[in-house]
Amino acid sequence: MFPADLKYMESHEWARREGDIVDVGVSDYAQAEIQDVVYVELPEVGTILEQHKAFGVIESVKAAFDLNAPVSGEVIEINEELEDAPELVNEAPYDAGWMIKIRMSDSDELEALMSAREYQVMIETEENE
Amino acid sequence: MNKPLQSLNFADTFVDRHVGPRLEDIESMLEKVGYASFDELIEDALPASIRYYQPLNLGKPQTESEMLADLRQIAAQNQVSRSFIGMGYYNCITPPVIQRNILENPGWYTAYTPYQAEIAQGRLEALLNFQTMIIDLTGLPIANASLLDESTAAAEAMGMCLAASKRGASKTFFVSEACHPQTIGVLKTRAEPLGIELVIGDHRTAVFDTPLLGALVQYPASDGPVYDYTDFAGKVHDAGGLLVVAADLLSLTLLKSPSEFDADIAVGSTQRFGVPIGYGGPHAAFLSTREEFKRRMPGRIAGLSQDVEGQPAIRLALQTREQHIRREQATSNICTAQVLLAVVAGMYAVYHGPDGLRRIAERVHLLTGVLREGLTRLGYALDDSCYFDTFSVDLNLLKDSSYLRNIEANQQPGSAPTPEDLFAIADKHRINFRVFDHSRVGISLDETTTIEEVRDLLDIFALGSPLPFAVEGLAIQAESEISEPLQRKSAYLTHPVFNTYHSETEMLRYIRKLQEKDLSLTTSMIPLGSCTMKLNATAEMIAVTWPEFSQPHPFAPLEQTRGYQILFEQLEAWLGELTGFPGISLQPNAGSQGEYAGLLVIRKYHQFYGDKHRDVCLIPRSAHGTNPASAVMVGMRVVVVDCDEEGNVDLLDLRAKAEQHSHELAAAMVTYPSTHGVFEEKIREICEIVHQHGGQVYMDGANMNAMVGICRPGDFGPDVCHLNLHKTFCIPHGGGGPGMGPIGVKAHLVPFLPTHPVVPVGGKDGIGPVSAAPWGSPSILPISWAYISMMGAMGLKHATEIAILNANYIAKRLEPYYSVLYKGSKNLVAHECIIDLRDFKKTASIGAGDVAKRLMDYGFHAPTVSFPVMETMMIEPTESESKAEIDRFCEAMISIRKEIAEIEEGQADQSDNVITNAPHTAVQVTQTEWVHGYSREKAAFPAPWVRERKYWPPVARINEVQGDRNLICACPPIDSY
Repeated sequence: MFPADLKYMESHEWARREGDIVDVGVSDYAQAEIQDVVYVELPEVGTILEQHKAFGVIESVKAAFDLNAPVSGEVIEINEELEDAPELVNEAPYDAGWMIKIRMSDSDELEALMSAREYQVMIETEENE
Repeated sequence: MNKPLQSLNFADTFVDRHVGPRLEDIESMLEKVGYASFDELIEDALPASIRYYQPLNLGKPQTESEMLADLRQIAAQNQVSRSFIGMGYYNCITPPVIQRNILENPGWYTAYTPYQAEIAQGRLEALLNFQTMIIDLTGLPIANASLLDESTAAAEAMGMCLAASKRGASKTFFVSEACHPQTIGVLKTRAEPLGIELVIGDHRTAVFDTPLLGALVQYPASDGPVYDYTDFAGKVHDAGGLLVVAADLLSLTLLKSPSEFDADIAVGSTQRFGVPIGYGGPHAAFLSTREEFKRRMPGRIAGLSQDVEGQPAIRLALQTREQHIRREQATSNICTAQVLLAVVAGMYAVYHGPDGLRRIAERVHLLTGVLREGLTRLGYALDDSCYFDTFSVDLNLLKDSSYLRNIEANQQPGSAPTPEDLFAIADKHRINFRVFDHSRVGISLDETTTIEEVRDLLDIFALGSPLPFAVEGLAIQAESEISEPLQRKSAYLTHPVFNTYHSETEMLRYIRKLQEKDLSLTTSMIPLGSCTMKLNATAEMIAVTWPEFSQPHPFAPLEQTRGYQILFEQLEAWLGELTGFPGISLQPNAGSQGEYAGLLVIRKYHQFYGDKHRDVCLIPRSAHGTNPASAVMVGMRVVVVDCDEEGNVDLLDLRAKAEQHSHELAAAMVTYPSTHGVFEEKIREICEIVHQHGGQVYMDGANMNAMVGICRPGDFGPDVCHLNLHKTFCIPHGGGGPGMGPIGVKAHLVPFLPTHPVVPVGGKDGIGPVSAAPWGSPSILPISWAYISMMGAMGLKHATEIAILNANYIAKRLEPYYSVLYKGSKNLVAHECIIDLRDFKKTASIGAGDVAKRLMDYGFHAPTVSFPVMETMMIEPTESESKAEIDRFCEAMISIRKEIAEIEEGQADQSDNVITNAPHTAVQVTQTEWVHGYSREKAAFPAPWVRERKYWPPVARINEVQGDRNLICACPPIDSY
């Protein structure tokens, strides 16, 4: 159900590793919950992030949610398309809706994140509550 | 009293006009709720531990005519002078068509903030006009729908500079010493807790060799000169800062716009665009900025979108910036602003158009030139800076004192006159002007200035001696050219809306057209939880536009405003009596500002006694968004306290967190009754825990309507509370302002009440000003004074009893259809009840928002949607609604429940039904083709009584997403329609 090659956070961000770079976005579950995304606030390139701390905000008409960093490191690229087309997060949360790329400072941090299966279990448990 | 004598009493008693249910209704409503009397109902509704059983000491209740006679006597003690003081406040002419049809019209002033946009298109269009006016005149492309006053707008702009700055950057903000003193005062108050270092100085000689957050300048300067800030803007930008310009709106019709010299943010007041001075308020302030800062801008923004039929529709855009969503990360704590006054100012621009406004400005400028020419001829030496309507006179500088030397009235012939010499003559003319010091005075002219008044001013400076020239003749010599580099060359107000309605008939019809689109209290009950939409009686409103209340300048000598002083004293005494707090400040002009002021008072108290490290503020999760937003503004760290399932403060969590932060605890904020409408039994314990750990308790008084006359916050624990006079005390909601948020404090906090740099008010160790004017928005205080005066102690208690009865009656009627949440220990609610709509998402794909839209088809504004709990509705009828109206509302809700059941049971389609397609417009219902699975009649006339008076929503459901993805906050070109 959730792409197996990604790692996930409790707060619904995903991380895709490519060497020492990590792509970040939010899961399909998150975009469905948030509904129509109207704005994504992203950090500037060069910003140093700390794992689990907020790096930006995702907004719908009625709510705003912090976006949390899956790993620590430096922001090397942000998805400029989201400025004019925030709906990409809804349409393609794992591809065109990517948000930032981080150069990891400590790749071990990835181990702390959930696998696709663990994330699935977490979602199902939440829904049953 | 025997009968004949009784019949001599006036018949226009007020209590019966204010409350809705009649005696016979009350009996049957009490019965429905299960009580035989009010006493028994109130006994069970409130915890015994907080009850106040004495009658309030408020004086004998007045009938409407007695109250008005009293108020006239008070008003008569205000002297209506001609004030040429300026400093951000200028007399102006309110066009009568605007005064009668907007300012004095309940169709405009009883409306709520336009969150249900489909039923608010009229005032939203008026706000879009206002924003367009600001955008055009300042040249900056993004503007909001009003802030509270010029000084707090400047403080908000400083906050935007802080938010825009990089982490670790400097926190220095430069303020020109030529800004209005009240603005400098408010900035000082705002900067200190945020760690911003204010540097106040002369912009002409300022050097920035360290990085800057930003700078604020006044345009024209407070004492008159129009400076060219182009070079200064460069210096500020080179230092990494943003330039904020506090600009006079009328002057911008003749002067280069702030964007043309690279300003990043413009702020100011729109008071002189047709809004009475009102001894300091209320007026709408503006803020405009560059596109890149739109998401950092505080306040509400009207934005254009479309409805589902593709028709243009306006709504409040980018709400996620605001406190009700972002809480402590909001751009500001502002909630209620100054919408009614923004509507007036926007309409002033619509009525006059660009040519009319320019003519007004040119006339003021010419008269100023005439005055200057006359003073020069009398021998005064004026500095030759470019000016608009204001200049100062250094009495010691005499170019040629031969004239003055020879006149008898000069106390010391051969020397210069003093300000006191001038006052002696000025008093005879009932004229006030500005005094800087022992030798310098200032004059500001305005739209209402006449050539006769210019002659009177010259008389004063001639110390009463005959003028050696004819005043009219001066006009020919008067220099009236604005110097070329500062001249306005760019066009403004080119949109057709500012160029169409220039006859009174056209203007009247335009105003009415907009009014008719809107639902207000003149249409039906507005049962918004915690908004207390009660009657705004005509007798209460009438005095607001009396000249004695609407004309005085806020900085006029206090001996001229004895009437206002009496009113303030009485109102403070009454508010003190009914809250149980001995100290009252009338300065904060909104509930959010009351919270801000109250928290600052607490902070000052701690610092005063050496507790400089106390900065933690405990706030329950269920609190209104303004609470954490305000705490952050005073530099406090917000620690959220859990609530139990009932929305009550979780005492275990409170105790744990208070202990954890014991050494740093500054305050806790509580709302009572809670935001869930419950009289928490444990309130005394909550306050004790906080006090034990050295903190002070702030109470949000938004729900005061459940307490007046039956309990007093000062008695059961809180140290300070604010009141929303625009809720509990009848100031009309105005579509989103004006408001007033005075604070009440216990004796130990009285010394710290807000002060003001121009007028002596507040505590001896008081915090600085939190508003531009010393008493907030004084001209609307007669409204609350009148209400209390006419109700008296028994009337106010009765109102509270009925408010609680009405809410419980609704709960009982709706219980079989909707789950009523959060009842107190005796199964009663307070003055509002919350119904649960959460299940309907699953069973019928219907959300609370959909039900809100369907209520529009029944002619009702929805209750509060999804606050404090998602997918619920919070219903507050107030005491002013009659049983008939309350029953109609219940019938509408019951009927909607049946409509939901039709979907649940499969009789109606989940994606095409009366609720998902609501609201239904007249255009939709009369279309030739009808494709829905229900009848047109069911869509538009869902209950028989709807036929008697149908309110038609002017637009269908609005596409909110489109409006936020593409912000359009100015009137679009006409060909886009």
